[in-house]
Amino acid sequence: MNILVFVKRVPDTESKIRINPETNSVVEEGLNFIINPYDEYAMEEALRIREAKGGKVTAVTVGRDDSLVILRKCLAMGADEAVLIKDSLPETYDGLRMARIIAGFIRKSFPDYKLLLFGKQSVGADNSQVPAMVAELLSLPQANVVVKLEFEGERGVAYREIEGAQEKVAFPLPAVISAQKGLNEPRYETLRGIMMAKKKQIPIIPIEELGFELEDLAPQIEITRMEMPPARQAGKVVSGPPEVTARQLVDFLHNEAKII
Amino acid sequence: MILTYVELKDDKIKKAALEALSEGKRKALELNKGLAAVVIGSGKEGLAPEIFSYGASKVYVLENPAFDHYSTQDYAFALAALAHKVNPEVIFFPATSQGKDLAPRLAAKLGVSLASDCTKVSVKSGDLEFTRPIFAGKALLSFTLKSSPQIATLRPNVFPLTETASRKGELIKELVALPADQPKAQVVDILQEHGGEMDVSEADIIISGGRGMKGPENFEVLRELSSLIPRSAVGASRPAVDSGWIDHQHQVGQTGKTVSPNLYMAFGISGAIQHLAGMSSSKVIVAVNKDPHAPIFKVADFGVVGDLFQVIPPLKEELKKALG
Repeated sequence: MNILVFVKRVPDTESKIRINPETNSVVEEGLNFIINPYDEYAMEEALRIREAKGGKVTAVTVGRDDSLVILRKCLAMGADEAVLIKDSLPETYDGLRMARIIAGFIRKSFPDYKLLLFGKQSVGADNSQVPAMVAELLSLPQANVVVKLEFEGERGVAYREIEGAQEKVAFPLPAVISAQKGLNEPRYETLRGIMMAKKKQIPIIPIEELGFELEDLAPQIEITRMEMPPARQAGKVVSGPPEVTARQLVDFLHNEAKII
Repeated sequence: MILTYVELKDDKIKKAALEALSEGKRKALELNKGLAAVVIGSGKEGLAPEIFSYGASKVYVLENPAFDHYSTQDYAFALAALAHKVNPEVIFFPATSQGKDLAPRLAAKLGVSLASDCTKVSVKSGDLEFTRPIFAGKALLSFTLKSSPQIATLRPNVFPLTETASRKGELIKELVALPADQPKAQVVDILQEHGGEMDVSEADIIISGGRGMKGPENFEVLRELSSLIPRSAVGASRPAVDSGWIDHQHQVGQTGKTVSPNLYMAFGISGAIQHLAGMSSSKVIVAVNKDPHAPIFKVADFGVVGDLFQVIPPLKEELKKALG
């Protein structure tokens, strides 16, 4: 089964985010960047499917040269190949633009795929848009926020997380799947994997070569403001015997906050 | 016209959909436009009076026997056909599991960009400005959409419900012909976890446990506490989930869910930055932690320094008294 896994470079989740109000963008200086955690579940799932059924796993990202690091990580985890689609624009927060680039790339360079795997969202933009949009642009079935995935021949079954339950979704291949935490436990790269990854060539495809008209890729999201959320004030803190503090807490909830 | 997608669960309108309708009505009034709603499924016209009472003057009911089982593609097809017919300028969805699955598919079908998981929609010189948390709430992004229709999903538990006295309007039923032999994904079953426990994204009150819970068995203590409080759910921090004490569905934070309940109760949660990002927009936060220097106290409206295992038993008794 030929699988494409789409990954993105994001600031790690422990990062403190700072904003440049002049440019309405996140200050990248001092941030530690990682592969989007949800994409790691997608990557791991792809490797497990290949181990069970054969085929080829290709990791793909859209971004600048600094995204090569996460492609090397994917190769070190065990991906057969990796491709960087080079886009010089910084984060546009426009999922449709990204989906068009990805769908254009797949049509041009990878017509024989069986499965397109994504993380359910990038931590950062938090859009949860691209997988469903790519599925629509390529007329493929989709299952998002998947915690379990099974295949039998040309059909798959995905268990997708919904509020307080799971939806069991049946679909034919090829298909688009987005991974949720819980799908698997991603492996660590081995030293041998890291050494092999260093030797591999990573083709770089500029988006200009994907055959778009300029206006197709103009962002339709016009950022007006980026700001920090209102800071919370620390409230009252009490200590003492549990019977007393428990009563104080309920008194606060009942009489002051009027919630209970 | 503003069109709002009305999501159903077990033939009832989801609260998040009523919130989206209420916000649709507010924006319709500000922009001097009409509000319409769309329901997908056969025999749902009985829901129309309730939808009218949230301010819609038109309700479209899209029918086809296939709609009994959710399929992203079928639903997006039906909504796109309606959009082509009635040309809404704005479409609101609740940012529920279904809304987040369906809205991007529809947006791509209509060739427009999408505002996901918005927490504020404002009118700026006659145009809508959308505000949404990014980095799970570490920052806020505001923007306008240049493509039309403007589609947005609205985060549950953020937009207030506003019911009106009217229960009348125009009901329009449409039979939708679906394309044949399209390869599609279809829901074949729904598996309830813990007998349909409430999800943290929908709860009014979240009772959350962290590393201080010490083990999976102690989450039962939080479940008991939750059973005393209506519309509450049990949440967890990443260390508790990563230790395997509770399922990931319950995780609040940057690799879990971002929530805005009326009340967030944190037990044994220190308050790592990625957790605070996911819950700092809660209306009221209370915390119980042994460590007086825990960062959670910096965001809590009320904090108790103490052993949660000693505080919870008297807390249950006091809550029972307060709840009557």
